[in-house]
Amino acid sequence: MTSDKPLLEVVDLRVSLNRGVDVVRGVSFNVHAKKVVSIVGESGSGKSMTVRAVMGLPPPLASLSGSIKLNGEELVGASERRLRRLRGSKIGMIFQDPMTALNPVIRVGDLIAEAVRLHNPRMSAKQAMQRAIELLETVAVPQPDVRVRQYSHEFSGGMRQRVMIAMAIANNPDVLIADEPTTALDVTVQAQIIEVLSNLRQMFPVGLVLITHDLGIVAGVADTVVVMYAGKVVETGPVRAIFRGSRHPYTRGLLSCLPSIEQKAGKLVPIPGNPPSLSARPSGCPFRPRCPMARDICSTEEPELRTVDDIETACHFAEELRTFDTSAFQTTAGSA
Amino acid sequence: MLTYIIRRLLAMPFLLLGVASLAFCLSHLTQADPLAALVSERQMNNPEVIAAAKERWGLDKSLPEQFVIYVTNLVSGDLGVSFRTRRPVLTDISERLPATLELVIAAMIVGTSSGILLGIVAARFRDKPIDYLARFFALFGSTIPVFWSGLLLLYILSVQFSLIPGPGRFDPRGQPPPFVTGMYTVDALIAGDFRGFLTALHYLVLPAFVLGWSVTGILARLVRASMLDVLGQDYILAARAKGAGERRTLFRHALPNAMIPTLTIIGYSFAYLITGAVLTESVFAWPGIGSYAVDSARTLDYPAIIGVSLVGASAFLLSNLVTDVTYAFANPRIKLS
Repeated sequence: MTSDKPLLEVVDLRVSLNRGVDVVRGVSFNVHAKKVVSIVGESGSGKSMTVRAVMGLPPPLASLSGSIKLNGEELVGASERRLRRLRGSKIGMIFQDPMTALNPVIRVGDLIAEAVRLHNPRMSAKQAMQRAIELLETVAVPQPDVRVRQYSHEFSGGMRQRVMIAMAIANNPDVLIADEPTTALDVTVQAQIIEVLSNLRQMFPVGLVLITHDLGIVAGVADTVVVMYAGKVVETGPVRAIFRGSRHPYTRGLLSCLPSIEQKAGKLVPIPGNPPSLSARPSGCPFRPRCPMARDICSTEEPELRTVDDIETACHFAEELRTFDTSAFQTTAGSA
Repeated sequence: MLTYIIRRLLAMPFLLLGVASLAFCLSHLTQADPLAALVSERQMNNPEVIAAAKERWGLDKSLPEQFVIYVTNLVSGDLGVSFRTRRPVLTDISERLPATLELVIAAMIVGTSSGILLGIVAARFRDKPIDYLARFFALFGSTIPVFWSGLLLLYILSVQFSLIPGPGRFDPRGQPPPFVTGMYTVDALIAGDFRGFLTALHYLVLPAFVLGWSVTGILARLVRASMLDVLGQDYILAARAKGAGERRTLFRHALPNAMIPTLTIIGYSFAYLITGAVLTESVFAWPGIGSYAVDSARTLDYPAIIGVSLVGASAFLLSNLVTDVTYAFANPRIKLS
């Protein structure tokens, strides 16, 4: 952990949709310069809602509370005008599917140049296009001077994601949010994209928020891991500590879903059941119905985050998990 | 692109020939006798008059012979002579078509601009009062028959408040501008007659609005649906994420995408109205091609019927071509070859 001031400070962020459904229920994390924070969790855990709130782009009629501070400036309740000025200049975002995130009727160069000029209105169109070419070079798109004149459908998936990255870093943002940037790509391309993202830190002091399903990527590039479940952070800590000694059965479950060379084939263990629906969350600990360790207290009291060793975790039995064997999942898998 | 357009244009005469043949056959399938239009009722029992009329109009020949004669004349640009008006069909059409074109172009300008605007507003303020208002107005436009809305508006605006002149194309006491295109507003401008232009425009406004309203109705609903679809796309969120404001997001990022499916309907509406503006033409006593078509059909005036069919078919063929070409410009994923 670095001691310098974080670029992005999210404290007790809550997001409710207009139907009164709480999708994010008190999420806190910090992002430091040149560090990667990885948010991990299943679909519906509130990851994407969290980052959309950070971008100031929550779904219509959603209500936010808590605090989001970018370089010390509070974003919750900030004017749309102010947020618009920050989006794309101080904070950028990359989307999951590069097939749908690039406008099909606008040339790629114009899309990037637009990102540049929106925050540098005095720059000429020619200069902005020159900058777009440079940016494509930065993200290793070959022949950038030709490519700027093409449309997104003339690009492969990996190349499109590079264009997305070029667009998001056009103004050297302090924080870059990548919402599952590799999920829609081929495995061979995934590593390249992660490398491009990771290398950005050498060019300017950007803090990365990386949302992903892929724990392999987390282990490779993340500094801090934030595990989300049912709209809450259930465990967070330095990546090594989490991978070596997670104190939450959910994180343990995720880790045992990860194939490894040491494990024999057939020992890949899925977590039984499905994440709870937003409208019918179980009482007490939301993970209880799927947890092999669940006891009476779990159905009455929702555990709060507390520090155990190097990790913050939200499990009543974090101490016991030191010796907990993930193979326990297998015994309950049949009964679920 | 250019070769594509040329190829399409070259195919057109053959398609039109097909349409002419079809129209020829269909109009001869009817049992009614065109002689009724040629010969007065009193003379119908006079075999000499009948025979003379038949010979005069070529009706004494067999159908295949008639067809060959017709097609041969057609290829040399002769559409034949109307039984009813006793004038060359080409002359009739070239007098009538500009009036319809003027009306339809004006209606399309009214209809597309208001339809697209209403659609955008409705989508932007989805489920807000203004959305309901826009949808109500659009629904009215596409459901209310022209003969009703036209007469009603004519009664209110012309008879009650005298804001608009009555039916017709031009002040009956005045002199229409000298013929260049046949469209009074355009001809008046060409002649430098600004007052004539205003007069022609004054007569044009209401029928154009009434006819355009139906286009407004279709387009507003289409643009709204298509805008809502586009606004839910990731690239809209991406545009906002880079700091694009509301107006830029709406008009630069969403609208060009939403217009792609709309182009087809605009092209179709234009072609449809060329022959489909009959009701508006008759309510406003507008001497266009639609009313000519109806009068010709009523008297079984073959040459005129086929002539009008050809006009309608040409309108569809040309507007389809224009639609396809603009489509390729609007959607870079499409290449014409």
